[in-house]
Amino acid sequence: MSAALASIVFDGTAYAMVLFVLSVGLSVTMGLMNVVNLAHGAFAMLGGYVVVAAMSRFGMPFYGALATAVVALAAASALLERLLYARLYRAGELDQVVASIGVIFAASALLVFLFGPTPQTVQLPEHLRGTVEIGGRAVPAYRLFVIAVGFGLFAALRLGIERTRIGAQLRAAVDNRHMAVSVGVNVRRLFTLVFSLGGALSALGGGLAIEVLGMGPGFATQYLVLFLIVVAIGGLGSVRGTFAASLVLGIVDTGGKYLFPAAGGFLIYALTMGLLLWRPQGLMGRAAR
Amino acid sequence: MASRRGLSGARWHPLEALPWLFALAVPFLFPGYAGLGVQVLIAVLFVLSLDLVLGYAGIVTLGHAAFFGVGAYTVGLLSVRAGWNEPISGLVFAALAAAALGWAVGRLILRFHGLAVLMLTLAAALLLQEAGNSAAAITGGHDGLTGITIAPILGRFENDLFGMHYYAYSLVVVFVAFVVLRRIVHSPFGRSLVGIRENRDRMTALGADVVGRLVRAHTFGAALAGVAGGLYAQYNAFVTLNLLGFERSGTALVMLVLGGTGRLYGAIVGVPLYMLLEDRLAKISPGFWSFGIGLLLIVVVLFFRGGLVASMQALVRRPHGGGHDAGVVEKIRGQREPER
Repeated sequence: MSAALASIVFDGTAYAMVLFVLSVGLSVTMGLMNVVNLAHGAFAMLGGYVVVAAMSRFGMPFYGALATAVVALAAASALLERLLYARLYRAGELDQVVASIGVIFAASALLVFLFGPTPQTVQLPEHLRGTVEIGGRAVPAYRLFVIAVGFGLFAALRLGIERTRIGAQLRAAVDNRHMAVSVGVNVRRLFTLVFSLGGALSALGGGLAIEVLGMGPGFATQYLVLFLIVVAIGGLGSVRGTFAASLVLGIVDTGGKYLFPAAGGFLIYALTMGLLLWRPQGLMGRAAR
Repeated sequence: MASRRGLSGARWHPLEALPWLFALAVPFLFPGYAGLGVQVLIAVLFVLSLDLVLGYAGIVTLGHAAFFGVGAYTVGLLSVRAGWNEPISGLVFAALAAAALGWAVGRLILRFHGLAVLMLTLAAALLLQEAGNSAAAITGGHDGLTGITIAPILGRFENDLFGMHYYAYSLVVVFVAFVVLRRIVHSPFGRSLVGIRENRDRMTALGADVVGRLVRAHTFGAALAGVAGGLYAQYNAFVTLNLLGFERSGTALVMLVLGGTGRLYGAIVGVPLYMLLEDRLAKISPGFWSFGIGLLLIVVVLFFRGGLVASMQALVRRPHGGGHDAGVVEKIRGQREPER
């Protein structure tokens, strides 16, 4: 029993960390800019495909490919923010939803055109394959790596938001945008920067997800619901909330799949409904305005 | 007011006869297309029901397909499990079941607004889909429900090979639903929904029971979606859990936005156009189709807010025209400064 529990917690945490890396950028951009960006998963998907292409077509190593994807998507999202999203900040939710659905459609079609409709795989480096011994138990090395990346990213983001100048500006703008503008924060530049960071994080998530969730042209729609759930439960703009929500959902979903396979996704959707009815602003979101 | 504003007024404008006359002529002009025509009519009805909920009441829902699915399963289960095959009463039951669910969901979630509603509608639909899958013994699960048989319409008209009878039947259902919807949106109740969409706080301050009205609108929209689902089940004689899925909700949203929200005729123009283009283009190249529709959505949101119908009205009516809703939409845009 305890072995089963341990593996649920371990696998659930690994899954949760992929969710965290994939969703945290979305949470911060939505919290800061009030944009419902359903296309965040499309950025992750593009990031995943950059990793695939860098490795299979240009023979780059896994880590180099991840870095390439992060840089590429940071640049691409900065561009897209200026061209498209900046025009949507004041639009209603509906326009944001529809424009980002448009981005998903176009991105998926582009990837089918370039790579075909089949799912993509990558060859992980030797030391991430196989298992590692921890406390007398053999655990998959890649999951351990993902967990380390997730916790590392969480720590780095917390530190960055608490301790850096940009972080302070970000907190100020999320709390009260008008006040932030009044005291001289360049909110426009901050938006582009944060959006670009969100794109970079989603690319990292997409790269990590290839081996965990799979990567195909349907990725953006298939997992969209999951990212949105994580963000909504965590509370917009809250890194801690997104982290907590990822852990809860990752572990509950993994546990549900191991213990009650027949229930499918029922458990997490029920959990989502319950949590949102209890706290519509999310676990760590600010109280309703 | 009514006569001057034409499409948006309470009185019927002569131009409004056009789409219906065209729909009547379709089976004679394109005899091979009655089957596709039935699917288009079903989608029109579904998107019309979404327009009431989203376009008029301003509830941004990502889970409207749940009610379509409930209507379809009501007809399917009545036939397969209870042997009830009469089509018109089947639609009534579909409407009632979907309305009951729409009311319950509405009561639960419409207290909230913004992202929470978006997410709760989505979660409710997914939850229902998973519940349907769990009850596979009754619903057939992801394999779908087969063996639906439907008695002839009015005891006379079978579902013939060319779909002519069902085309006529669906057209009558959609027309009746449209007339009812049209009355609702031009009634004081409908006007108050627009008021809530524009400025919820002000409507509350005026003493309107905001949540109660939204719940009523949601219930009615759900009932109409249920009728559309019921028609779907009767015509196709097969239902699957995909009918409740996010994709159907999303596609309906896309069709509505392309046509134009909050104007009823958006659905009537947007749906046939989308489905005909899809029928033609997707056969040539599915990738090209989805890339094109993606770009089109972005272009519509950036440059043609209000969709096709608004753009056509603007063409006809010149500068300060554009239909009253276009002006209204601009006003909301101005207001939606983040309030923190």
